[in-house]
Amino acid sequence: MDDYIVEMLNITKRFPGILANDDISIQLRKGEILALLGENGAGKSTLMSILFGLYKADSGSIRLKGREVHIPNPNVANELGIGMVHQHFKLVHNFTVTENIVLGLEPRKAGIVVDLKRAAERIARLSETYGLNVDPWARIEDITVGMQQRVEILKMLYRDAEVLIFDEPTAVLTPQEIVDLMAIMRNLLGEGKSIILITHKLKEIKAIADRCTVIRRGKVIGTVQVSETDEARMAEMMVGRAVSFSVEKAPREPGGVVLDIEGLNVLSARKTHAVADLSLQVRYGEILGLAGVDGNGQTELVEALTGLRKAQSGSIRLKGADITNAPVRARIRSGIAHIPEDRQRRGLVLDYSMEDNLVLEIYGLPPYSRRGFLDRKAIRAHADKLMGDFDVRAGEGSLAAARSLSGGNQQKAIVGREIDHDPDLLVAVQPTRGLDVGSIEYIHKRLVEQRDRGKAVLLVSLELDEIMDLSDRIAVISHGSIAGVLDPKSVTESEIGLMMAGSRKGEAQ
Amino acid sequence: MWDMVARIFPYAVAYSMPLLAASLGGLFSERSGVVNIGLEGLMVVGNFVCAVTISKLQPSLGQGAIWIGLAAAALSGLAFSLLHAVASINLSANQVISGTAINMVSTALTVFLARTITGSGNVHITLGFVPFDVPVLSGIPILGPLLFTKTYVTTWLLLAILLLSWFVLYKTPFGLRLRACGEHPQTADAAGVNVYRIRYAGVLISGALAGLAGGTILVTFSGEFNGTVAGLGFLALAALIFGKWKPLGILGATFFFGFAATLANVSQVVPLLARIPGIVLKAFPYVVTLLALVAFSKTTQGPRAAGEIYDAGKR
Amino acid sequence: MKGFKDLFTALAAVFLGLAAGAILMLAIGSNPLEGFAYLFRGGLMNVERIGNTLATATTLTLTGLAMAFAFRTGLFSIGASGQMLVGGLAATALGLGLHLPKAAMLPLMLLAATAAGAAWGFVPGYLKARFNVHEVVSTIMLNWIAYWTVYYAVPAYFKAEYLETESARIPEYASLKVAWLTRLSQGSFLNLGIFVALACAVLVAIVLNRTTLGFELKAVGFNRHAAEFAGIDVPRKMALSLGISGALAGLAGATFYVGYAVNMQIGVLPSQGMDGVAVALLGANSPLGVVLSALFFGILHSGKGFMNAMTKIPPEIGDTIIAVIIYFAATSVLFTRVWDAITARKRRKA
Repeated sequence: MDDYIVEMLNITKRFPGILANDDISIQLRKGEILALLGENGAGKSTLMSILFGLYKADSGSIRLKGREVHIPNPNVANELGIGMVHQHFKLVHNFTVTENIVLGLEPRKAGIVVDLKRAAERIARLSETYGLNVDPWARIEDITVGMQQRVEILKMLYRDAEVLIFDEPTAVLTPQEIVDLMAIMRNLLGEGKSIILITHKLKEIKAIADRCTVIRRGKVIGTVQVSETDEARMAEMMVGRAVSFSVEKAPREPGGVVLDIEGLNVLSARKTHAVADLSLQVRYGEILGLAGVDGNGQTELVEALTGLRKAQSGSIRLKGADITNAPVRARIRSGIAHIPEDRQRRGLVLDYSMEDNLVLEIYGLPPYSRRGFLDRKAIRAHADKLMGDFDVRAGEGSLAAARSLSGGNQQKAIVGREIDHDPDLLVAVQPTRGLDVGSIEYIHKRLVEQRDRGKAVLLVSLELDEIMDLSDRIAVISHGSIAGVLDPKSVTESEIGLMMAGSRKGEAQ
Repeated sequence: MWDMVARIFPYAVAYSMPLLAASLGGLFSERSGVVNIGLEGLMVVGNFVCAVTISKLQPSLGQGAIWIGLAAAALSGLAFSLLHAVASINLSANQVISGTAINMVSTALTVFLARTITGSGNVHITLGFVPFDVPVLSGIPILGPLLFTKTYVTTWLLLAILLLSWFVLYKTPFGLRLRACGEHPQTADAAGVNVYRIRYAGVLISGALAGLAGGTILVTFSGEFNGTVAGLGFLALAALIFGKWKPLGILGATFFFGFAATLANVSQVVPLLARIPGIVLKAFPYVVTLLALVAFSKTTQGPRAAGEIYDAGKR
Repeated sequence: MKGFKDLFTALAAVFLGLAAGAILMLAIGSNPLEGFAYLFRGGLMNVERIGNTLATATTLTLTGLAMAFAFRTGLFSIGASGQMLVGGLAATALGLGLHLPKAAMLPLMLLAATAAGAAWGFVPGYLKARFNVHEVVSTIMLNWIAYWTVYYAVPAYFKAEYLETESARIPEYASLKVAWLTRLSQGSFLNLGIFVALACAVLVAIVLNRTTLGFELKAVGFNRHAAEFAGIDVPRKMALSLGISGALAGLAGATFYVGYAVNMQIGVLPSQGMDGVAVALLGANSPLGVVLSALFFGILHSGKGFMNAMTKIPPEIGDTIIAVIIYFAATSVLFTRVWDAITARKRRKA
C-alpha cells in the first residue's frame, strides 16, 4: 500500500445537463506534486472543488491518510488540512492582506474584537519562512496579481494546510513569476506539504510535477510518471487524438499601415496611468501579437481602441483617419471588429436569441431593418448562414438563447460575427480562453485566414504560446507602453519574458 | 440669525434621529449585500405597532408603555423584514421589487388594521417623550444650546446605537464577515462564512432599526400614526449613499437632510423663513437630495455585491 | 414555453394574494366567501360597475405600461405617481385656461400631459445617464416634489370655488368623458381614456418587439455592457426610456384627473403609480399582460367600496391583496421551480 495522503475514489458529480465527473479516482502521495491534466471543461476544477468542500459529490468517497472523511464545506476542508489556491482569486478587494487571510478564522482579543496585530505578525513570519514576501498591511487592490496569488498561498499556510491545491496558477503570471512559483512549490514540498496542480499546460507539468493524472470529458484516462512521458503523449491522452501544436502559416509580406497609435495615454478606472505614451503600428496582412502580463494596460488599450474608454491624449488613426474620440459605432462602421475578452459580459446578450446577438452591431443597417423596423426574415437568414459557416452548434439553431450554448460555441459565434463584418482591423482579445482544443484550433485557423486575405489582426493574449504560434510580429506591452517589437522566429520565450518583466521593477524577485 | 439657528437645532436633531436609525439599518443590509428599499414600509410598521402598543398599555403602565412600544416597534420591523430576507436571499427575488412589495404591503396592511381598531385609519397617542435639557452640558456656551437642550432620550439611545454599529462593523469578526459578504460573497463562502446567515442578519437588523425609527417618529414629534412616513425611508437611502456607506458619514448626511426638512416645517414660526414660498421649503429637502446625489456621483462606490443575487451553487 | 410559465406564475401569485386577503378577512371576523363575492360583484355586477372597472383599469394600464417599459430597459423607475400628478396638472391647467371645441381641446390636453410626464421622467433618466444617480431614489424624490408642486399650485391658480383642497371642475369640453360612453355604461366614469390606453398598449408592443429602438432598449436592459460594446449609446437610451415611461404615466394622469375624475385633489399621491409596478410585474412586463392585470386590479379597486359598504371589511384590503400579489410575483422563482419540477416529471413519464 503506497503512502497516499489523499484519495478520491469513484467520484461522480452531475450538473444539470452535464456529467462533470464520471467515476473518477485519483491518489496523491505524500510529498509529491500530482498534476491534473485536462482540457477546459474536462472536470478537473469540479473534482477539486469537491475535495475542497465547495461541492458535494453525488457518489464516491474521499480518504485522508487512509481514513474516510466527509467534506461538506471549506471550513471542514481547512480543518482537515486541505487548502486551495483558486484560479479566480477569492479576495476582497478593499480589505488588507491580513483581513483577507483571517476571514472566517479571526483571532480575538477580549473575546469580541478582531486581533489583527497578532495575525499580521504570524503572517509576516510565514511569509518569511516560505519566501513569499508579502506585506500584511497592504490592501488587495493595491498589490500586483502575483502578490495576490501569494496571499492565497498564505491563506492556506495560515490554516496549516498539508495538502495544497493549485487551480491553473500560472494563467496570470509572467515567465519569471512562474519560475518563482515553482521555487515556492519546491519549498512547500521541502516543508512536508503535498500538492495537486490543476493545469492544461504541458510545459509546466514537465517542469515541476512528479506524476500526472489525465482527465478527459469527466473520466480518468490514465496516470503517468512525468519523467517518463513526453508532451506529445500527454497531449494525446488529454485530447484523444494527435494534436498539432502549431498552426499552418505561410510567410507573407505585410502591407501598408492600417492602425497607427501615437503617444496614447489612457487612465484606468482607478485613475492610474494604465496606458502611458504608447505608440504602435499594425499593418495589413499581418497578425500582430500583443504580449504582456495581465494588468499592464492591455485592457485599457483595447478599450481606448474600440471606443469603450476615453483616451487622455495621443492619437489613434485607422486607415489614415483620426478616430481617437470617435464613438463606438463609428469605429465599427469604419472597419474595426472586436472579439472581446469577456464573451459573456461584453460579447453577448445572453438573454437574447442567437439571431439577435449576431446582428448586435448591425441591426440598424439594411437589410436587417428599414426605417426603424426590424426585418426578422433577413436577421434569421443572416444568423443561419453565420452559424453554418462557423460551425456554431445550438439546440434550437438561430432561435436558441445565447445562454444555452457552450463556451466554445458562444466564442465561435462571436468570432464569426466579427469576421463577417469584413473588418480591416480585427482586435482579438483572449480569443481562446477557456475553450477546448478543438475550438481553439478552429479559431486559430480563422484568425490566420483573416491575415491571409490581407486583413490586419491585433491579437492580445496572456498565453505566450498562442502569441508565439500565431504572430508575424510580437509587441511586448509593459507598464503601459511598448517595451519592444520582436520577431517570433528569432526570439526566445525567456527574452520575451524578460521584457514583460521589465514592468516588475521595484518588486523583489 | 444665531437665535433662529439655536431654536431650530433641537428640532433638526430630533427630526434627523429616525432618519439616522433607518439609514443605519440600510447600512447593515447593504453592506451585507442586500439592497433594502423597503425601509419606508418597515418604518410605517414600526410606527403603527408602537402607536397601538402605547395606546393599549398606557392606562396600566404609564410612561413605561413608551419603552415597550419602542421595543415592539423594533421587533415588528424585524419580523416584517423577514419577508424581504426570504424573498431576496432564499428565493433569489429581485431585491428592488421585493423592497417595493414590502412598502406596499406595510402601508396597506397597517391602515387596514388601523381602521379595524379606530375606524378612521389614524391612531393617536397622548403620551410621548418630553424633551429635556441635559444637566450641566446644556450650560456650555454655543454647544450647549445647540446640542444639549430640548433633547429626547431616544436621541441619545440612537447615538449610542450608532457607536455600537461602528464598533461591530469594524472591530468584530461578525462585522468583517458582513462586509466581506457585501463585497465578494464568493470569498466569504470559500472562507467558510455562511453567506445566507450573515445576509439574514443584515436584513433583520435593518428591519429592527427601521421599525425603531418609525417608533421614534411617533414618540418624539409626531404623536400619531397616519399611514405614512412621508418618504423618510427613501431619504434614509439617499443618506446612505451620501454618507458613503459609513456610520459617521451617515451621521453627517442624515443631519444635513434633517436640517433641510426642519427648515420647511418650522417656516411658519420663523419670520425670515415665512417669506419664502411654501413650495420651495417643502420641496427643498428632496431637491437637495437630488443635488447631493449628483454631486457625490463620481465618488460613490457602494458594496460591490450589493443587489446581486448570490447563488451558492454557482461556486 | 415562456408564455405559459409566466401565466402560471401570475396565476399563482394572484391566488396567493387572494388567499392572504381571505386570511385577513377571517382575522377580523368576516366571512371571506362573502367578502370576495361582494368584492367581485362590486366590480362586475352591472353595466355601470363594469364601466367603472374599465375606467379604473384605464389608468392602471397606462401606469403599468409605463413601469413595464422602464423595467424592460433594466430601470427601476417608481416615479409614476409624480408623473401622473404633473401630467394631470398640465391637462387641468389647459382645461381650465383654454376654451376650444372639444375635438381640439382633448388632443392638446393629452399632448400637454404626455409632455409634462415625459419631462418628469426624463430628469431621472438624465441624472442616471450622466451621473449614474440611482433611479429608485431620484424618482421618489421627484414624486414628492410633484406632490408639493400640486399642493401649492392648485390652490394658487386653479382653486375650486369653495374648497381649498381641490381644483375647479373642468368644463365638459375639457373632459375625456363623452356623452355616448357615459350613456352606454349607464352613468359610470368610463371615458375616452380607455381607447388611449389600448392604443398605447399596442404601440408599446410594436415598439418593443418590432423596432430597432425596442431592440436597443431590451439589450440595454439585459446587458448594458454588451450593448455598449455593440455601439449602442446606453446613457441616451436610458434617458429616452425613462422619458417614454414618464410620458405614459403622464397620460395616465390625464385619464385620471380629466377623465375619471372631474378635478384634482391636493395632498394625495395617486396610488395608481405604485399599483403600476404591481400591474407590470404581474403582467410579466408585456403589454398584453399589463392590460389583463390592469383589468384584474380594476375589479379589485372598483369592488372594494361595495364590499366595505356591505360588510365591515376595510377597503384597504384591496391594496393589501395587490401588495401581496406583487410580493409573490417578485418571488416567482419559487413558482418557476415548481413549474420546472412539474414539467420535468411530465417529460420523464413520456
